[in-house]
Parts: sequence; structure tokens; C-alpha cells
Amino acid sequence: MVLIKLFLAFLKIGAFTFGGGYAMIAMIQAEAERQGWLTQEELVDFVALSESTPGPLAVNMATFVGMRTCGVLGAIIATLGIVLPSFIIILIIAKFFEKYKKSKAVGGIMSGLKPAVVGMIGAAFITVARTVFFPSGVSVSLFSSASFWVFLGLFAVTAALAFKKVHPIKIILLSAVIGIVAGYGLG
Amino acid sequence: MNKNLDLFLTFMKIGAFTFGGGYAMIPLIQKEVCENKKWLNEKDITDIVAISESTPGPIAINAATFVGYKTSGFLGACMATIGVVLPSFLIISLISMILTQFQSIKAVHYAFMGIRAAVLALILKALWMMFKSVKKKKKPFSYVIMGLSLVLTAFLKIDAVFVIIGCGLFGLIWSLLSRKEQSNGTD
Repeated sequence: MVLIKLFLAFLKIGAFTFGGGYAMIAMIQAEAERQGWLTQEELVDFVALSESTPGPLAVNMATFVGMRTCGVLGAIIATLGIVLPSFIIILIIAKFFEKYKKSKAVGGIMSGLKPAVVGMIGAAFITVARTVFFPSGVSVSLFSSASFWVFLGLFAVTAALAFKKVHPIKIILLSAVIGIVAGYGLG
Repeated sequence: MNKNLDLFLTFMKIGAFTFGGGYAMIPLIQKEVCENKKWLNEKDITDIVAISESTPGPIAINAATFVGYKTSGFLGACMATIGVVLPSFLIISLISMILTQFQSIKAVHYAFMGIRAAVLALILKALWMMFKSVKKKKKPFSYVIMGLSLVLTAFLKIDAVFVIIGCGLFGLIWSLLSRKEQSNGTD
């Protein structure tokens, strides 16, 4: 049943996402492909939308995918799925917090998880880069296409702004304006 | 005011005004929960960050559940968590209903083309920040894990769940072994 599938998929994502939203992109992408929720482009667009609206990426994503596939009930079920693992785990930890904090096992596991998260964000970067630069696959004529160079330039500019700690919403707005200008300019 | 209702409203406010999620939320929680309501002290906030880092799920959910539980037990945890989720849930539900109509507008289509490049830039920034925090620890084995998790998720399409479990176990075993070696050395 679709609702149960939706619930279990987001339960899994909620239980195995460490290190914030971007680390989750690889997992969502795999699920989305398997279940046919969203296309690669829709996923990237949604990340942008999520950055421009309040709330965590994971919750936004669950609500959005749930709404798309099964309406309001789907949105509730998917959001519940993504929230439940954190909720339960935190309730347990809050009781044993002092022990948990000093646990050497937790420290050891974290020393493996943190670099894994870096690798997974790297994976997200590669998949999104493919979507942005090679929307219709890599081709020989690619480097002669104007849109490729526009995207590359826009990426360089926005990356420079991001590293200068300009707020993400401002960066997204600017890139939207440049996208519109370039879109009409290139026809 | 009833404490549970107060928790609900406070976290609804936090949920409605945190853009980009994650650590952007911590200063706001600190201000509301420590300074305004005096539910927790500054040290608790440091604990919340530490817990959120080492447990799965969005930091917003982790923090809301933890503060709610510490302040008012299980019911408090429920109220705070529902409060923090509700604004994103409502906003995203609304957006998902109108988004498809918007995307057929040509200007919106172009805008999203531009925005995709900006998303890529934001992911690169997140990647760099996470990489820096791992690099600080100066453990050579973290680079191995980073590379492995990147290749496994991006190119071999291994389920991220297995990558997370594998890297966590690897970190645990490694830390146990290196501790043994250390204690052997000092004996």
C-alpha cells in the first residue's frame, strides 16, 4: 500500500540521516528514483524551495513528497515518518544523557559517521552537478552550448557569495533573476 | 499560561522563523528557551547541540523534543515537536498545491534553471564546512572513510543506510583498537 510504503521510506530516512539536510539528498534521491516520487530536477528545485521557506529540509521534503503522492493524508504520514525516529531516540537519550555523553562507544561511532557524512554530501554535490550541467546527458557539443557556460558562471558567482556568508535566500533570489535574464536572452 | 501550550507556541514561533534549518535554529532556541522563558540554562544548549550531532534526524526535531521533555516530560516533548513541525508542514502543503501551476510559467521555469546552480553552490559550501570540521581532528582514517562513502553512494549506488551503519561500525572498531594499542604502549 502506498501510504505504508511512504511512511516506511521516510522512517528510514529519518533514522539514518546524520549531519543535516544535505547529507540526506543522496538517500532521498535513491528512494525517489525507486518509488517514482520526483524527477532529479524536481528534487533540486525543491531543495531551493526548502532553503527559501522556514523549517528543516527533511521535514519540508517529507511533507512535499507526501502531498504529491497521496494528498494531505500522505503529507501527514510522511512527516510523521521522518519525525518519529528522532523523537523516540531523543526521549530515550534525555533519560540517560550523562551516561550517553561520556560513552566512548558513541565517540567511536561518531568518529566514523562524521567523515561518512562528508562523503555523502560530496555524493549529493556530484548528483546535483550532473542535473545542473548535463540535464540531457554528456554530449560532444556540450562545451559549445551557451547554457553550459551560463550555468558554470552562475555557479562560480553563487559559490563565491556562499563562501562570503551571504544569506542563502539572497543567493537564491539573485540566481533566479539571472536565470530569468539568461533564459530570455538565450531564447 | 499552561506550560505545554507555552511550549507549543514557543516552538511554533521557532519553526516559523528558522530558514535553512539546522544550526541556524540554535541561537533562536537559546534566546527563547534560556533568556525569555528560563526553561533551560546555557549549558543545556551546548548539550542539545552535542546530542543533535550524534543522533539521526533534523536538529530542529531533536532540539524541540529534548527541550520539551526536560521542561515538561513526555507531553511537553510532544507539544514542542508538533509546534516546531507545524509551520513548515502548513507552508509546504500550500506550496505543493500551487507549485505545478507556477512552473508552467516560462519566467518561473527560467528562474528555477538559475536557482539550480545556486543550490549546487550551497551544497559545496556545506561540504566545505563539514570537511573542515573533520579535518581539524587530524585522523588519517577519516579521509579513507570520506572517500569510501563518496564512491559507495555516488558511483556504486549503495544504499546510504548501509554506508552509515558500516562507517559507524568501522569508527567504533577503530577507536577500540587504537585505545588498546595506546594502553599496551603505556604498560
